[in-house]
Amino acid sequence: MDLIEPGTALPAGTLALDNSADVVALAADLRRHAAVALHFPKWTDGRAYSQAVLLRGRLRYPGTVVATGEVLADMLPLLRRCGFDAVQLRADQNPQTALRTLGLAPSPYQGDVTGQRPPHAHARP
Amino acid sequence: MYRYNEFDRRHVHARAAQFRDQLQRHLAGELSEDDFRPLRLQNGWYVQRHAPMLRVAVPYGELSSVQLRQLAGIAREFDHQDAGLATERGGFGHFSTRQNLQFNWIPLTRAADVMDLLAEVDMHGIQTSGNCIRNITSDALAGIAPDERVDPRPYCELLRQWSTLHPEFAFLPRKFKIAVSGALEDRAATAWHDIGLTLQRNAADEVGFAVAVGGGMGRTPVIAMPVHPFVPWRQILVYIEAIVRVYNLHGRRDNVYKSRIKILVKAEGQRFVDAVNAEFAALLADPGTVLVPEAELERLRQAFTPAPPPAALATTPATEPLPAYARWVQRNVHAHRVPGYRAVSLSLKRAGQPPGDVTADQMEGAAALAERYSRGELRVTHEQNLLLPWVLETELRALWLSAREAGFATPNVGLLTDMIACPGGDLCALANARSIPIAAAITERFADLDELHDIGDIQLHISGCINSCGHHHSGHIGVLGVDKDGSEWYQVTVAGADGSTRGGAAVPGRVIGPAFAAEEVPDVVEALVGAYLRDRQPGERFIQTARRVGVPPFRHAADAVRRSTALAA
Repeated sequence: MDLIEPGTALPAGTLALDNSADVVALAADLRRHAAVALHFPKWTDGRAYSQAVLLRGRLRYPGTVVATGEVLADMLPLLRRCGFDAVQLRADQNPQTALRTLGLAPSPYQGDVTGQRPPHAHARP
Repeated sequence: MYRYNEFDRRHVHARAAQFRDQLQRHLAGELSEDDFRPLRLQNGWYVQRHAPMLRVAVPYGELSSVQLRQLAGIAREFDHQDAGLATERGGFGHFSTRQNLQFNWIPLTRAADVMDLLAEVDMHGIQTSGNCIRNITSDALAGIAPDERVDPRPYCELLRQWSTLHPEFAFLPRKFKIAVSGALEDRAATAWHDIGLTLQRNAADEVGFAVAVGGGMGRTPVIAMPVHPFVPWRQILVYIEAIVRVYNLHGRRDNVYKSRIKILVKAEGQRFVDAVNAEFAALLADPGTVLVPEAELERLRQAFTPAPPPAALATTPATEPLPAYARWVQRNVHAHRVPGYRAVSLSLKRAGQPPGDVTADQMEGAAALAERYSRGELRVTHEQNLLLPWVLETELRALWLSAREAGFATPNVGLLTDMIACPGGDLCALANARSIPIAAAITERFADLDELHDIGDIQLHISGCINSCGHHHSGHIGVLGVDKDGSEWYQVTVAGADGSTRGGAAVPGRVIGPAFAAEEVPDVVEALVGAYLRDRQPGERFIQTARRVGVPPFRHAADAVRRSTALAA
């Protein structure tokens, strides 16, 4: 997961979307951008998770997906599994803590857009 | 019951460790209360009137005696206050209508230790609160009911695993509840859930689900709308993913009272269904979508404790049974699909204790009964009782004697005093009014068993506020605590139903008039029952009479016993 310094500009050419945007309808436009920024106006507003899943899963969007807005350290495990690969944390968040939370998340039960297969696709003990 | 494998076990231990890390950061001042709140909620930790409340998940109500003993230990060691009134010392748990167990007195500083203890017995508080997919609920008689089409438990477990820490759906607009029924009689109140699933077999004997969406209680009671008559079981997770995604993207987030999926479904109607179907079709067309393999369902089936072979039927006793025993058999003993077995309710509705409450000693008592008589298994029922699912017919009488001694044999299951009640204003920070004293006064008023049995089947539901944890909307008689000018009042409804066949289709009850004062409520309930006894036709239950005669006779009967509120009117 890449961390983008709070307060700095997103990489040039990033398409910033509101969390009410219909990403599937924007498919053609998205392909012209190397990165898409999805916004969390409040960290508990989870719409951008579904937007990211549609970008990665439905549209197979190959570029960078950045989480912006109120992004908290403890969101990183969820963000990663929904297909985000970069975050701009809220300014008060500790980047080391954020990266550490990735190692604390339990192994998932579900498949996801990062290629994680649901456990029932594996032989489990 | 479902037996955890190593993966499941690692999962709950890892979750407990993750929570400990978050709690430590919070206690060290690195994680503010605002930022910590959603994290603790998703692990079952509320902050309530006196202390944090912990809600422990009991997936689809299945509980082992080992787990119950551990819960007793937690009640004794952690749910405890040294100060306050006798009722404020803790040391007990409360079973909820969603088959979970709540503690009220555990200090937050000890929260992570409790999560470790729960993980030791394959338990947790994951998603028992917060705006996420909550614990899956089901029929307390799942897998043992004679009227069952399909055992819902492997499907419940499939849903449990899929919904547990689902990364896309952890921050929905509002909480999201799923109930599953596999029987002819709906004992899971499916129509009152965000998603109600009813297992079906089609003409080719294939298993699928009838799906209803958008039920809920609260300020705006709504019955779920049927949206699909038959989703093949292998596609059910995909269909639910489509529903929850549409809700996550389009549900309202601007007003907490309008953010449940029921509001979206009501506002959008067919457009909502079209959007779900379009998403479902797109997912099915995607080669990346994985349907659940048949082998996975079989693996889950095998993970449940196998049912025992049929046992000897009880022989007719040489002497007439005692009336007290016969009454207990009539109310608390239920038919079973395996010959020679019965399911037995342990009533948690008795004088002197709030509905659904169990002390540490009582938990151990119930665990001992389960070990002696029910292969170490129990169920938590939607009506806030415990149930022993595997009792040999030949041991019923011995169980009755033991259960009576342990205080679990009140023969009132399905009767007026088998009421549903939330913890109310005594414990809950949300409540407008207290539920427990109302429940206690009604229990005291209707202590006569002959009278109770004459009144017959009836559901009395009491909520301390409009959040409806006591399901007042679905009560044949519903009591709702309301706040007016800083004092407690109680609004009374009749003819609500949870959707079980006996009570007819699910429907919210109708208000019988202005709210009553607390001391009037037992009189009102008595008056409503009196109107029923007066107007009933032979064989008619309360709910049937109420539906036939409508509200006016009940309103008149209740108005006749008004005292303080008569002056105000």
